Amino acid sequence: MRRHLNTIYVTSEGGWLRKDGQNVVVEVDGEERGRAPLHMIGGIVCFARAGASPALMAACAETGIAMSFLTPTGRFLARVEGPRSGNVLLRRTQHRIADDPVRSAAIVRGMVTAKLANQRTVLRRALRDHGSGMDESARTAINMAERRIDRIGCHAVMLDDVDKLRGAEGEGAQQYFAVFDFLRRVPATEFAFTTRSRRPPLDRMNALLSFLYAMLGHDCRSAAEGVGLDPQIGFLHADRPGRASLALDLMEELRPVLADRLALSLVNRRQIEAGDFKVDEGGAVSLKEEPRKRVLTAWQERKKDELRHPFLGETMPLGLVPHVQALLLARHLRGDIDGYPGFIWK
Amino acid sequence: MSAATDDRYDDVLIPVSALQHYLFCPRQCALIHVERQWAEDGATAEGRILHDRVDKGGGDRRRDVRLVRSLPIRAPELGLIGVADVVEFHGRGAAARPFPVEYKRGKPKAHRADEVQLCAQGLCLEAMFGHAVPEGALFYGEVRRRRAVSFDDDLRALTLRIVQETRAMFAARRTPPPVPFKGCTRCSLADLCRPATFQQPPSVRRWLERQIGA
Repeated sequence: MRRHLNTIYVTSEGGWLRKDGQNVVVEVDGEERGRAPLHMIGGIVCFARAGASPALMAACAETGIAMSFLTPTGRFLARVEGPRSGNVLLRRTQHRIADDPVRSAAIVRGMVTAKLANQRTVLRRALRDHGSGMDESARTAINMAERRIDRIGCHAVMLDDVDKLRGAEGEGAQQYFAVFDFLRRVPATEFAFTTRSRRPPLDRMNALLSFLYAMLGHDCRSAAEGVGLDPQIGFLHADRPGRASLALDLMEELRPVLADRLALSLVNRRQIEAGDFKVDEGGAVSLKEEPRKRVLTAWQERKKDELRHPFLGETMPLGLVPHVQALLLARHLRGDIDGYPGFIWK
Repeated sequence: MSAATDDRYDDVLIPVSALQHYLFCPRQCALIHVERQWAEDGATAEGRILHDRVDKGGGDRRRDVRLVRSLPIRAPELGLIGVADVVEFHGRGAAARPFPVEYKRGKPKAHRADEVQLCAQGLCLEAMFGHAVPEGALFYGEVRRRRAVSFDDDLRALTLRIVQETRAMFAARRTPPPVPFKGCTRCSLADLCRPATFQQPPSVRRWLERQIGA
């Protein structure tokens, strides 16, 4: 079984990464801050003005370590690609099937069904774990949303039409985010959430969600590339220049499990507080640098949680799930299975 | 030759090493050579290191035997290409007879994959030098022993059949479904192949329905 390997996040201004033998060395202002053997690393993410030596980039490309450069808020800037990435036959198949609405439906159905199931599970777990402490009105609202999402999911699994599946996904998201704020157990109004906002996020919860989605997006993009898929060609998300549509596709079903739950528990456990964010004149909200490190640490820890993969029946860390899902998608495109089995979290 | 015909020529070329993969498992062969997937594990790393050692040297000479390491070989008629670990040339001058020696990490095996690979090298050497190549040898790292292999009619026929089957699979560009066998446990591609899951996969739609409770 492929191992789940660590990701190095370089957040310091003036950070510099270089290769020393078979190790990666992190320097800040010319001083060594850390070192790790390359074979223990699955990815390197550089934020803002961190740089890396060409020798390290070459070693990453050679050994399949995903190296990306992001802005401090997690927006994708660039990545390192080596000569061995991708598989032209698989990409051609991916392109052909993406152009075929009938064959795309078998993939989109798996993604949408799994996303709805996972949103439902987030709501159900919240009711189970904290329902007794909630207001009657909150409990009722979550209950209703959970049942509606359940119905949308049971309907979606019967659909053969990509546009209708996209509609089901949208309906589910509406129901889910309408009650999302009831899952917050800290009374602080600073964390109040009304609706999903991005580019830029306009409140703290959205800023936290966006940052975690960016981290998840990085992992999904690397997973797609790792199995030879084209991260730009999506099935649920239509092509748009500059957008990694397939990475977004792979993310959908994992958002509730990996990101939403983590955002809620960081807030509910007061690991992240109102003062950890900055608000600019235009109303855009983002994490400050030090809290960003706290979120990254929590993100890494979350990825170590073990669970049983529903389709493969194997126990694995959550961090490996994007890779396994990308692999299952590639195997479907190759004809090994007749559909895409989305990741359904129980 | 123009670039275009050059590329078309490339299309039908089969690496000698693929024959051995094909005999071990056609799906493994397709994953490596059609899908270009590769995963290194302990065994492949050891093999690579063993070959690195072999690949390092140039020539060598002992009495009437001239040694050539990492010799690029080809049989255009069969569309075979490859690199022979070691080719000994027995005898002097133009009359010297090529004798391939292939280095293997493990020990002699019950199946004939190693012999087929060696015989294919023999066929290439015959095509290249115009001499009969009646035999070669396999050197097994684990037992540190050399075993002579005669390229008899049986082995030649088997080798030609495997070349044809491999070519058909390459041309179809299709990866066959897995047929799990005991070799799967030592296959470095098991994680990509997932023989247990994809041998008889369930209908994904019905699986999804069950998961969601529809």
